[in-house]
Amino acid sequence: MNPSDIPPDAAIHETLGDPRLQTAIYTATQRLIDHRKKAVAADALPAYQDLRALAHRIKRHTIEHLDYYLELVESQVAARGGKVVFCEDANEVADFVLNLAKEKGERLIVKSKSMTTEEVHLNDRLESHQLEAVETDLGEYLLQLAHQRPYHIVAPALHMTRYDVADVLTKNLGVEREVEPEKQTKIARATLREKFLEAGIGITGANFVVAGSGAVVVVENEGNARLSSSAPRIHIAIAGIEKLIPSAKDLAVFLKLLGRSATGQPLTVYTSFLSGPRRENEPDGPKEFYLVLLDGGRTKLLADPGKRESLFCIRCGACLNHCPVYRKIGGHNYPWVYSGPIGAIITPQFHGIGKDPWLPFASSLCGACAEVCPVKIDIPKVLLKLRFEVTASGAKGPGERKAFSLWAAIMARPKLFSLFGAIAAHFAPRPKNGAWIRKLSWPMNLAPLAAWLSQRDLPPPAAQSFRSQWKSRKAAR
Amino acid sequence: MPSGRVSIFVTCIVDQVFPNVGLAMADVLERLGYDIEFRQDQTCCGQPAFNSGYREEAATVARHFLRVFEGAEYIVVPSGSCGSMISHHFEELFEPGSDSHKESLKLKPRVYEFSRFLLEIAKTDDVGARFDGVVTYHDSCHALREMHIKNGPRRLLGKVRGLTLKEMDAAEECCGFGGTFSIKFPEVSGGMARTKIDSIQKTGASTVVSIDSSCLMQLQGAISRAGLPIRTMHLAEVLASR
Repeated sequence: MNPSDIPPDAAIHETLGDPRLQTAIYTATQRLIDHRKKAVAADALPAYQDLRALAHRIKRHTIEHLDYYLELVESQVAARGGKVVFCEDANEVADFVLNLAKEKGERLIVKSKSMTTEEVHLNDRLESHQLEAVETDLGEYLLQLAHQRPYHIVAPALHMTRYDVADVLTKNLGVEREVEPEKQTKIARATLREKFLEAGIGITGANFVVAGSGAVVVVENEGNARLSSSAPRIHIAIAGIEKLIPSAKDLAVFLKLLGRSATGQPLTVYTSFLSGPRRENEPDGPKEFYLVLLDGGRTKLLADPGKRESLFCIRCGACLNHCPVYRKIGGHNYPWVYSGPIGAIITPQFHGIGKDPWLPFASSLCGACAEVCPVKIDIPKVLLKLRFEVTASGAKGPGERKAFSLWAAIMARPKLFSLFGAIAAHFAPRPKNGAWIRKLSWPMNLAPLAAWLSQRDLPPPAAQSFRSQWKSRKAAR
Repeated sequence: MPSGRVSIFVTCIVDQVFPNVGLAMADVLERLGYDIEFRQDQTCCGQPAFNSGYREEAATVARHFLRVFEGAEYIVVPSGSCGSMISHHFEELFEPGSDSHKESLKLKPRVYEFSRFLLEIAKTDDVGARFDGVVTYHDSCHALREMHIKNGPRRLLGKVRGLTLKEMDAAEECCGFGGTFSIKFPEVSGGMARTKIDSIQKTGASTVVSIDSSCLMQLQGAISRAGLPIRTMHLAEVLASR
């Protein structure tokens, strides 16, 4: 096995062996599953399947004409007094924010939840230049205090129980230990209010960028994104270039799907349409507006028609909630900020399949992700394509390929297949009373069998295969 | 009374590990009046290689399959997963326009998962079975999500005399098998099986039924390891019971 092809087994083992964490993940995701199920049921949203198909088509159209829509959004944002900044990579995003803060003499930045800024490790870069960036989404704020990355795309602190939250708040803010979520929120709110009032720059993400009008659409439940985008003097929205949609009427499709798929809400508590800085006769809003559009590897994905749909993702997190692997290993065992099935398909495409070649294999291909994806990304299909690319690249080493070549040669030769079957049946241990095998000793304890037996008992091969029994049955008639 | 000739593809796992499933399937079909053909040269559908990223190797096995089953009118398979490999993924293995690609498209509509064959071709949901006990049904992933088989097996179970079907909460959750996934990520796979078994236990059922022997191997393996008084049975075995 290639050294980079080793999954983080020890860390996964630790996650699986932590019953408190397992319960936290399973319960939280189950709640999201149940809420979504009600929200997209036929009586609640009769057009659900049509909407999914439509959303897929709109995304495909936009991604396939992205050059056009990028130019359109640039001119539309400019027409409203804002500025679009195109960034090729993470460093350019951080450089832009740093230079702007320096130029404008700002030191304090409030941020609302944005996976794109996680992707570019913005907070670390800002902090290393003596700027203070404060996360204002409650979950993100707790993670910032605890120095952790998001566990989940939508529910970043999904793994924390209220007792964990109490520990984080006490340790970092020096407040009295409080385990009531409502009171915990009040503690965070008191700190964050001060920051909102003081900050000169507010950074938000964008759930959608409407190319036709230059509007940035942000959905949220806490109101912190609305405050981040309106209270400070400068608003910077940071988004990946795949967040574009052609026009405002397309929102009717996506807003129906996003909240329902993510949390089961028909609409989130706040849906903000932010287009440009404050106009002359407007009493509030930012004085300056920048829309940062990040490539960060996205055009590389776009170039491959077979896997292009990976860019259709609207980051609802439904695939994580429904993924039996995510529900076991949690978010932090995935190598990048995007976890779960969507992380498993986009991480290797952003970073190259050579970096974490084990990742596309960390799935039973059960297909639960594709079934709930609101934009119908065929995640198992993309996983299979990536698996093929990994083996073709040689990252799995020559041993596995040789084994499968041998296997295929046997499967294409029925006599050999029967012979190997008969040999296995002859030498396999046969526990008494039809019981299954508990352990195997040398030379039977081959690595794949040992891996199986580490968790489960193994059925011995049948003493008489079907084909030989069928022969006798036919002869007896 | 339906009649005709039916070719069965018993799958490699049934042939070598669970022959009773194949025999039970043949019994049910024969009782319905079908003449069963077992083509001796059959082996595997190629899915283990396909899912592990070895397309060439999978294509080698798929080509063998196409040769073996050439001309068969109906091919009945006691598995949603192998059935889906044949009818959905074979065509992805070959260059469009190639002979093998054409063959795979010709084969596709003739491949039937066992329960679907009973309902759609034999047009029966009552095969005269009797099985005393409480059972719960596990939706295998490829049957459910690639073949859209959900109610059919339940309808068939519903007609079995003496049988009570109790649904589990996690019926649609993966058992954790996933082919080579089960040995590449054994601990995650084992954890998934145990979660599924928790849900099975809550129903009080003494038998878990599925239409895929590979899921049942995973579940029975974990049940046996935990020493629980639950057994697994393939739908064909239940329907062959009298």
